[in-house]
Amino acid sequence: MQIRYFAWLKDHTGCSQETIALPQEVSTIAQLIAHLEGRGAGYQRAFQNREVVRVAINQEFATHDDTINDSDEIGFFPPVTGG
Amino acid sequence: MCDISITVGPDDVSLDAEINQMSAAATGAIATFTGIVRDSGGELISLTLEHYPGMTEKKLHQIADQACQYWPLNAIRITHRVGRLLPSDMIVFVAASSAHREAALKAVHFIMDYLKTEAPFWKAEETSAGTHWVDARESDDKAKEKWQA
Repeated sequence: MQIRYFAWLKDHTGCSQETIALPQEVSTIAQLIAHLEGRGAGYQRAFQNREVVRVAINQEFATHDDTINDSDEIGFFPPVTGG
Repeated sequence: MCDISITVGPDDVSLDAEINQMSAAATGAIATFTGIVRDSGGELISLTLEHYPGMTEKKLHQIADQACQYWPLNAIRITHRVGRLLPSDMIVFVAASSAHREAALKAVHFIMDYLKTEAPFWKAEETSAGTHWVDARESDDKAKEKWQA
């Protein structure tokens, strides 16, 4: 699974994108976040304020309850501030 | 048919050229919005725009499509810059053309309100105190809600 991080999420994780093998027990975004938090302090900081973390599945807005599979591209980012 | 043109990139654009592109296809009215980097009372050194390549263009296209469904438009152009910008640089340009002014003006207003809350761009402000990511504003969500009534 391809995961991309933007803005301060990228600052905390220290990478803008990575490919991970999706563990079998992970089937939702919320479970993916819990899994990523197990990878270290940077990830824990990135997802600390979980309710503000926005997510996209295959470049469409999604929720933390949505289900995912190994072929998806997931994007994590803060609320948008363009314009 | 509404002709939609979306550009996201680092390059500065000429407002004349943008409007000329529109007027080729337009008769009646062209409404435009130009966003300029504020200097925040001289505090701001630079503004860096990050985006989600692919998703940003797709989202802007969806917003433009929606505007075309609501109003009888001939064409829409959305140009948004990314990368490092300085105070008074152009950051965003939106134009809509229609046979009459009301549709064109409303479409531009609608597109900006949706762009602000749905297009994946993020601003980092550089001041003498350092660089920080800009927080989203609740007033931008409120501005979008008025179109959903």
